[in-house]
Amino acid sequence: MAHFTKATSLHDWLNQRLGIDTVRRVMATEYWIPKNINFLWAMGMILAITFGLLLVSGIFLLMYYQPNVATAFDSVNYTIMQEVGYGWLWRHIHGVAASVVFLIIYIHMFTGIYYGSYKKGREMIWISGMLLFVAFSAEAFSGYMLPWGQMSYWAGMVITNLFSGGSLHANGLVEWIRGDYVPAQAFLSRFFMLHVLLIPLAILGLIGLHFGALRIPHVNNQDGEEIDFEAEAAKYKAGDKANSKVIAFANDFMSKDMMVVGIYLIFFFYLVFYHYDFAMDPVNFDPANGLKTPAHIYPEWYFLWSYEILRPFSTDVGLIAFAFAQVIFFALPFLDRSPNTVPASRRGLFKFWFWAMLIDMIILTAMGKVPPQGLFSTIGFYAALTFIGLWILLPFITKFEKKV
Amino acid sequence: MKNSSRRGFMGKAFGAITGVGAVASLYAMKRSWDPLPSVKAAGFTTLDMSTYKENELVTEKWRGKPIFILKQTTEMVKKAKSNPRDIERLVKVGDDYFMVCLGLCTHLGCIPGYHPEKKNFLCACHGGMYDFTGDVTKAPPPRGLDIPPFKIDGNKLVLGEEGSEYKKMLENGTTLRA
Ligand code: HEM
Ligand code: FES
Repeated sequence: MAHFTKATSLHDWLNQRLGIDTVRRVMATEYWIPKNINFLWAMGMILAITFGLLLVSGIFLLMYYQPNVATAFDSVNYTIMQEVGYGWLWRHIHGVAASVVFLIIYIHMFTGIYYGSYKKGREMIWISGMLLFVAFSAEAFSGYMLPWGQMSYWAGMVITNLFSGGSLHANGLVEWIRGDYVPAQAFLSRFFMLHVLLIPLAILGLIGLHFGALRIPHVNNQDGEEIDFEAEAAKYKAGDKANSKVIAFANDFMSKDMMVVGIYLIFFFYLVFYHYDFAMDPVNFDPANGLKTPAHIYPEWYFLWSYEILRPFSTDVGLIAFAFAQVIFFALPFLDRSPNTVPASRRGLFKFWFWAMLIDMIILTAMGKVPPQGLFSTIGFYAALTFIGLWILLPFITKFEKKV
Repeated sequence: MKNSSRRGFMGKAFGAITGVGAVASLYAMKRSWDPLPSVKAAGFTTLDMSTYKENELVTEKWRGKPIFILKQTTEMVKKAKSNPRDIERLVKVGDDYFMVCLGLCTHLGCIPGYHPEKKNFLCACHGGMYDFTGDVTKAPPPRGLDIPPFKIDGNKLVLGEEGSEYKKMLENGTTLRA
């Protein structure tokens, strides 16, 4: 057994048993963050905090929600919203957070793309990030099933049908996923399980992996400068804090991060109290009815861009295009052939690629929302082709990029 | 040396047993996600075909899914007969012809709406269209509406049982097994 001495304080008692000083040093006081980063680097912390909000509000919703096709709708729309004291607060926090988390994820992703933070040593940060994106998408979809309204039911129908693989006609697989011929009790129970246990567990694990992946390469910075972290840390520890290019994660950097988080939370709770309706689809306030499709089915805004890539094509081509859109971002570190880890503004053609991709995804999102007719169909079709075309172009334009 | 090879053996033995256990548990997990026998046995729907009115779409229910029944007018039958693909899709009970289809779009499963004046179906989800026999006329749906297994029994139609007329439809590719 290790040697223990009589403790001089509670801190010392804990330190002998848990090594809390070492933990603090490794995680905070000697975890180095570059100085030249901007508010966009706070998005990761905002995501972590939003996930926390989802977890806490979800726990309270779980106390009254009933995963049963006969009672689910009322347990949400009547019990939680009208009977439970402050039940509406948890529901609105949960709904708003589920929507806003995707806005922040997209900002976080495009920040990474703009500054080249997925390159040379940071590939695992990117890949773990994409796994988080997939897990959050599955979490959002499974959660959307739970109120068992019209949109829950029909989104469940349409999305599970994707697994029939078009002409492959794999109805057996679809029925296996649903546990029934149509979304029914078995479907609701299993998506409930996924939403409250399995996927959140996976997300927690993936957040751990994402943070771990950051440890060795460190975060990037807004000039793409390659920092010698050991040398800069030595300067900092020697007291030359002004000339060191890094600062300690806590408390120094955290105080800056928390400033941005604070502004975000004001915006967030403004939405929760005054504009929660944007996160609640009116159609979903009708109970599920398997014999009546709503006039116009569309997913939540954050899935619209990939939905629009599916929509303008025939079934099989649409499915292939959709599958392509779902996985292609994983390949970004390998399709970008340029060794430059610098902001897109200094990367020649890539600068245009970046803005074209961002604008194209916004157009796809807008077209996914409007009915699939006339001019909108045409715009959607060309935007979908542009999306695919941009990815095909990427290796070529980055291959010939000048080294900076 | 001897020791380590013994450890090696233990490792392989554990590995092998774990592997078998893992495969077996994956199988159990797969089976737990299967539809329950009670769901699968969910039965048959019998329809009295003498109750329907011409060119009026009625939605029945079979295995939780909507079933479209559309009794054809003489004019519609005449039009369908001019196109072998169309007439093969119709079910003849007594002297009347019916469209009997699964009311789920073959694209991604929305319920198309029927327009009695235009005599066609429009799927609002992605704009797919079908004619009055359920055949597809505008993409994205890859094929006409699927026809559920049926058996003609006098004036009645039993859904869920495969009668000779339905088997013929499967054989000549009029429908896929729904
Ligand atoms: C939704 C859960 C997520 C959480 C909680 C999260 C959290 C974080 C945190 C705390 C950081 C460090 C601070 C920062 O640079 O912002 C970070 C960095 C990063 N994340 Fe995420 N992230 C998530 C999703 C994603 C996704 C979907 C991607 C993209 C595929 C991604 C890609 C990255 C990249 C590339 C970095 C490094 C930034 C740099 O080095 O400058 N993350 N993440
Ligand atoms: S579900 Fe009918 S057109 Fe897509």
